[in-house]
Amino acid sequence: MYTTDLRTAEEKAAAEKAGLKLAENPESIAELEEIFQARIDADEYIEPKDWMPDGYRKTLTRQISQHAHSEIIGMFPEGNWVTRAPTLMRKLILIAKIQDEAGHGLYLYSAAETLGTSRAEMVDQLLSGKAKFSTIFNYPTMNWADIGTVGWLVDGAAITNQIPLCRCSYGPYARAMVRVCKEESFHQRQGYEALLAMAKGTDAQRKMIQDAFDRMFWPSLMMFGPPDSDSMHLSQNTIWKIKRFSNDELRQRFVDATIPQAQHLGITIPEGIVFNEETGHWDFPDLDWDEFWAVVKGDGVCSSNRMDARRKAVDDGAWVREAATAYAEKQAQKSSAA
Amino acid sequence: MDNDWDLYEVFVRSKRGLSHKHCGSVHAADSKMAIENARDLYTRRSEGESIWVIRAADITASDPAEGDALFGPAADKVYRHPTFYEIPDEVGKM
Ligand SMILES: [Fe+2]
Ligand SMILES: [Fe+2]
Repeated sequence: MYTTDLRTAEEKAAAEKAGLKLAENPESIAELEEIFQARIDADEYIEPKDWMPDGYRKTLTRQISQHAHSEIIGMFPEGNWVTRAPTLMRKLILIAKIQDEAGHGLYLYSAAETLGTSRAEMVDQLLSGKAKFSTIFNYPTMNWADIGTVGWLVDGAAITNQIPLCRCSYGPYARAMVRVCKEESFHQRQGYEALLAMAKGTDAQRKMIQDAFDRMFWPSLMMFGPPDSDSMHLSQNTIWKIKRFSNDELRQRFVDATIPQAQHLGITIPEGIVFNEETGHWDFPDLDWDEFWAVVKGDGVCSSNRMDARRKAVDDGAWVREAATAYAEKQAQKSSAA
Repeated sequence: MDNDWDLYEVFVRSKRGLSHKHCGSVHAADSKMAIENARDLYTRRSEGESIWVIRAADITASDPAEGDALFGPAADKVYRHPTFYEIPDEVGKM
């Protein structure tokens, strides 16, 4: 799917030397940047061993590792419901979905690693709170309707975001996204189907759907990031073809797809969301960006809870990793002795 | 977190008769664990029936910067392609 930075130590040293020389010679950097941009403009993929501007490497490392962290943290709100799934079938489905999310995290960490940052370093950045993850996972999942809604809205928004990333200019990221998108579609469908089952149930169940929608719809729209008017990275990421559509464009696409689905579930559409005959799109009110930024800064309902759970998982697993390392060393000694 | 285990590149064959295809990488304490991790990560939907893993550090790869020099010799040998040769239509398909 992608390959790691396979340079030998000598090759790396040589490249570093060349890089130093380049730094002394700004003209050759400008030349390399020009060649690089020309390749991107021609829709060529950039691969791990290719020369790339520092900014491109940094932006992608941040974006891909953040994406990986989100997949990993995203397992917690759903993991809480494995033991309480209403039927055995729903439990199996939920476990399969959570396993996929673990896989998505790992595909993405591998892709980010090809840019030269080690997996351990990225995990440390998450655990220390230095790295961010998607704001949506700071919200609680309080009942079974929430789990259906997560699949429908949260995975739905993720898919809307991820489909254009399948054509992003960095090869390893694009290939990881192709794989992720293939697996993602069942996530959304199982969530929607779980809600459909509830919609055919009792009034109390229908109320639960409405309540879950009312709480989670707005945060799911925030998953697309701040409005275009105050995005700092937009233009450069667009030039580099890391991002092919703006936050607001993708958000609108998601709203247009989602509202008819909500109506089909019998959900009462919140005030302020109206179909605009002229544009053919659903208009919706401004989002509460103060809430968004507060959550980004770690003030979400579940922020510390998620981080504690992640740190505990790493600590609890330490002895397993130690044992596996010791076992591998012992086996290696045995086979070299034989 | 403790240091990373070695990185292994993973190759999966989707069915007999096809070749193994690179599909990603995993970290593992040894090659046996790398196979198991690759199984869990890359074949959750029966995408394969055979897996190869190799330590990434053991792969020697060509340098993209030297691509022209490395692959150049093939570029001017058009006579290696069947379309280089003109055969009269009357002769039929060849
Ligand atoms: Fe995912
Ligand atoms: Fe998902």
